[in-house]
Amino acid sequence: MANEILEEQISGEYKYGFVTDIEADNAPKGLNEDIIRFISKKKNEPEWMLEYRLKAFRYWQTLEEPHWAHVSYPKPNFQDIIYYSAPKPKVQLNSLDEVDPELLKTFEKLGISIEEQKRLSGVESRIAVDIVMDSVSVKTTFKETLSEKGIIFCSFGEAVQEHPELVKKYMGSVVPYTDNFYAALNSAVFTDGSFCYIPQGVRCPMELSTYFRINASGTGQFERTLIIADEDAYVSYLEGCTAPMRDENQLHAAVVEIVTHKNAEVKYSTVQNWYPGDKDGKGGIFNFVTKRGICLEDNSKISWTQVETGSAVTWKYPSVILKGDNSVGEFYSVAVTNNYQQADTGTKMMHLGKNTRSTIISKGISAGFSNNSYRGLVRISKGATNARNFSQCDSLLMGDKCGAHTFPYIEIKDKSGIVEHEATTSKIGEDQLFYCKSRGIDNEKAIGLIVNGYCKEVLNKLPMEFAVEAQKLLAVSLEGSVG
Amino acid sequence: MLSIKNLHASIDGKEILRGINLEVKTGEIHAIMGPNGSGKSTLSAVLAGKEDYEITEGSVTLNGKDLLELSPEDRAREGVFLAFQYPVEIPGVSNINFLKTAINEIRAYKGQTPMEAKDFLALVKEKQKLVELDGKLANRSVNEGFSGGEKKRNEIFQMAMLEPKLAILDETDSGLDIDALKIVAAGVNKLKSKDNATIVITHYQRLLDYIVPDVVHILYKGKIVKSGPKELALELEEKGYDFIKEEVGA
Ligand SMILES: Nc1ncnc2c1ncn2[C@@H]1O[C@H](COP(=O)(O)OP(=O)(O)OP(=O)(O)O)[C@@H](O)[C@H]1O
Ligand SMILES: [Mg+2]
Repeated sequence: MANEILEEQISGEYKYGFVTDIEADNAPKGLNEDIIRFISKKKNEPEWMLEYRLKAFRYWQTLEEPHWAHVSYPKPNFQDIIYYSAPKPKVQLNSLDEVDPELLKTFEKLGISIEEQKRLSGVESRIAVDIVMDSVSVKTTFKETLSEKGIIFCSFGEAVQEHPELVKKYMGSVVPYTDNFYAALNSAVFTDGSFCYIPQGVRCPMELSTYFRINASGTGQFERTLIIADEDAYVSYLEGCTAPMRDENQLHAAVVEIVTHKNAEVKYSTVQNWYPGDKDGKGGIFNFVTKRGICLEDNSKISWTQVETGSAVTWKYPSVILKGDNSVGEFYSVAVTNNYQQADTGTKMMHLGKNTRSTIISKGISAGFSNNSYRGLVRISKGATNARNFSQCDSLLMGDKCGAHTFPYIEIKDKSGIVEHEATTSKIGEDQLFYCKSRGIDNEKAIGLIVNGYCKEVLNKLPMEFAVEAQKLLAVSLEGSVG
Repeated sequence: MLSIKNLHASIDGKEILRGINLEVKTGEIHAIMGPNGSGKSTLSAVLAGKEDYEITEGSVTLNGKDLLELSPEDRAREGVFLAFQYPVEIPGVSNINFLKTAINEIRAYKGQTPMEAKDFLALVKEKQKLVELDGKLANRSVNEGFSGGEKKRNEIFQMAMLEPKLAILDETDSGLDIDALKIVAAGVNKLKSKDNATIVITHYQRLLDYIVPDVVHILYKGKIVKSGPKELALELEEKGYDFIKEEVGA
């Protein structure tokens, strides 16, 4: 499989770096209460939503930007960012014909189909997509099909309008605006994102996916995603991200919240490919994201799978609060850094319920002058009897100018808890490369093979369509890194 | 087909190959024997293109083409195959995927389209049978957790799949049990044709009962000091390397 994919790849350049020339409706630069009112008004929000934003904003103003992560970057100037940018014509299109042809072309280039292809003899696997360009959701597909099962899949903005009771109930219940600096900022200025509710007893029949694209310059993207799986519900959710190549650093600060009720399961997969900056470390996205799920009730499960290849600086810890008894949290991660990229990523598994289990598999790959850190916390609280965690953190180094770091934190407050931690660091072997070459495989493809093999445990967790994309990405992002 | 002239190679300033001359014609099998450390693996690595070695003198051509000019992958694509003395493990990469990549890379080099999936699978089946490789091994990660003998057999399986013009088997017999040895030898014999050639590096004359060489060479301190018919191997087995040492006056 991998080799077919690898064959397709033509150049190691960031291939999503184009800019779409569409008119945009922008807010003025800067951040103050008026801007927040502007955003809220643009989105025609009810009063309670505006209040929430303002509370978050006032709280944010009291905070200092955090610096504990193993990354260094110029402090973003929060007054120099455009907090709202919407491609014109505006949101909520009724049919594909109404979509700006430039936009359609964009998505074609990105390889995403927003056509709702007809089911072909029942075998075609389908994905419902929500597309968020800059600050707004452009189009959500398969909405009708899903709503027949009672599934709500729409933009966050629409959910605020159509399902305020659900938004009010769950928003901020996992990541309160007081959680951290960027969560507070997001809560104040978030523009759009996806909302998804799977009702009791429903297994979502297709993958749900949101595709995030930053297009306009000088903007930040602050999306918000909320996923709720009611009792006995199941959903697999995918998230993809790209941005144009720009000299400037753009800020992306998202919040994702997941809630699972009794016996419910959510699988959340990300292929993060924000523009990483050029070879010399110029430009690229600052990706400061808070992702957290809560297994609210018994026997529920949340798994995060991520393939992180993009962004200049990444700061991201998809976490699970294991509150319900027998609940399960999983974190499978591949983080690749090349050139001058920096990533500080990992997870937190907070065991509160009895017999809760968590698994952490982290594969870091560093090349060039990059720095790649794993930071993980496993906490077994008092009363979380028989909780178990297994963590495995592997680092692969390519070349000798990059760095790999592991910061595992373990807190066990209940004696019955068992935590296992394994860590390895290895270098990509010259012997392996020569072995591949002696079979006719060139350096780049050999690296692709070896790296994909190294990440296999994680890639296997991705839905098929995404796994293909992810394998390509891994190979492309490491091109030119060895030999 | 293969022509090595006065080849000198060194590593970290230490000369290991000190003037090798060797001519191999298509359809031939050559055996190279020699004491530990004499440079047999070095010679095969140099032929396969391992970059750690510095070629200080001499030339190597394959069907008239300057082999030393080519990258290791291009040598493989031109038909050179090295069965490693110590095959390398590549975790997470299935043997099948690895070989498919290799075959299609070689095909692309020759301007051919990638092999159809079903043709590829048929080829796997056929070659698996030829070297009696357990089907499970073909699907496992390349050499990962393979026993010593399984690794060797996997090398021959790869050779069968890639159908090289010049195969160099570096001590493929060591670590094989007697049955496996026969199977591997039978595989090599079946793959032999009038268009390809094989260099077999071994310490044991036993292998040469099954793979009968046209010529036996003795490598000693980086030089081929004696060449002869297959009986030379017998003589060597009988007398050990001392008689060579005496002959070369070392
Ligand atoms: N990287 C290196 N640095 C220094 N010496 C080396 C290096 N690699 C190989 N050598 C030396 O080169 C000589 C030839 O080694 P080589 O592996 O070619 O021997 P061989 O004939 O294959 O031996 P064996 O029968 O044990 O497999 C040995 O003395 C070995 O120590
Ligand atoms: Mg050797």
